[in-house]
Amino acid sequence: MKQELINYILHLADNALILGQRNAEWCGHGPVLEQDIAMTNISLDLIGQARNFYQYAASLLGEGATEDTLAYLRTEREFRNCLLVEQHNGDWGQTLLRQFLISNFQQLLYTALQTHKDRQLAAIAEKSLKEVTYHLRWSSEWVIRLGDGTRESHERMLKAIDTLWRYTGELFEPAAYETACVQDGTAVSLATIKDEWQHKTGEVFSEAGLPVPENIFMLTGGKMGKHTEQMGYILAELQYLQRAYPNAQW
Amino acid sequence: MTVVHDIDKKMIYAYLDNIKDPEVPALSIIDLGIVKDIQYKEDELEVIITPTYTGCPAMDVISTSIRVMLSTLGFRKVKVTTVLSPAWTTDWMTEEGKRKLKAYGIAPPNPRQQVCNNKLFAPNESVQCPHCDSYHTRRISEFGSTACKALYQCEDCKEPFDYFKCH
Ligand SMILES: [Zn+2]
Repeated sequence: MKQELINYILHLADNALILGQRNAEWCGHGPVLEQDIAMTNISLDLIGQARNFYQYAASLLGEGATEDTLAYLRTEREFRNCLLVEQHNGDWGQTLLRQFLISNFQQLLYTALQTHKDRQLAAIAEKSLKEVTYHLRWSSEWVIRLGDGTRESHERMLKAIDTLWRYTGELFEPAAYETACVQDGTAVSLATIKDEWQHKTGEVFSEAGLPVPENIFMLTGGKMGKHTEQMGYILAELQYLQRAYPNAQW
Repeated sequence: MTVVHDIDKKMIYAYLDNIKDPEVPALSIIDLGIVKDIQYKEDELEVIITPTYTGCPAMDVISTSIRVMLSTLGFRKVKVTTVLSPAWTTDWMTEEGKRKLKAYGIAPPNPRQQVCNNKLFAPNESVQCPHCDSYHTRRISEFGSTACKALYQCEDCKEPFDYFKCH
């Protein structure tokens, strides 16, 4: 059971870290200064959340594991994040859509996790929830602003949905370790939050004048360590320093 | 476990009141409301703190400052423990802290009942300008120079200012 719990915690941590890393690519490139700062602030929150999860996983793992070894020294196959978080930033619309889809998911997940039996996971969820709620409001407004904006912004949002929607099915497909943790009472059953996620997504899309795709073939595998091509490039940048200069510190 | 005597606790809190938030040096960690408790067991002094935001880089600096200060005061074993639950809220900021923030040029967090609204496109919170006290202000950005702040501008005196956002 312990290994399954560790895998579940790493899955939550990796989702936050990889999305934080992706968002941070906007640093210095945002469309306007205020939104550049928004993106990096959200990254900071996500990386903070990832740190809490990694620290907890490291304490259960023992044997010299630390938050740093987990973030910087695992290989691609050992990362358990969803495929959605590792996708390209694309344009501002695609980044915002990705943020909205994930914030909506995290908000429901962390709300439920607060009352599950693992006290440390519940505490991390409670702490992260306020931040995620702020991200959700901000990204929802942007999806509406762009979907219901100009013809060009609307077109771009349609393209973003076309690019990203195929990765949303994985959010609700439990990995084996997750199912084991659900049975043990430590993980959230994804079936219990799926309806609400669809409802909220539908609400925002409808206000944005955007269609919710139907019958799309969903791509999965990230939660089991099978990633898209992009993951290797992310880790090459994220882990470069520790790989090139092992144990470097500052 | 020995409970720290009230008088000693008071003294330690007074010392901790000298440790500033490195990102908002107008505030001490007591003003911020992040010191949750102090315990003394088996010769070890434990200070329990809680972060404002999960990614706040000031927290590591604050932990180190607490350890250094208490060691200098003669406590041989000092431990700083971080707890996440209950999650920090701007309600825990002291009145003294809010006053200091305003004097420093940062608008203090509004009382809770007014804010933390998750409705989309909700009207901006009415935030008082820390420079001229006008409520005729507008939000420029929901995110600011640190995780805990949003950016506003006063329509009367025209000064931009940070607002310690509700959390
Ligand atoms: Zn003013």
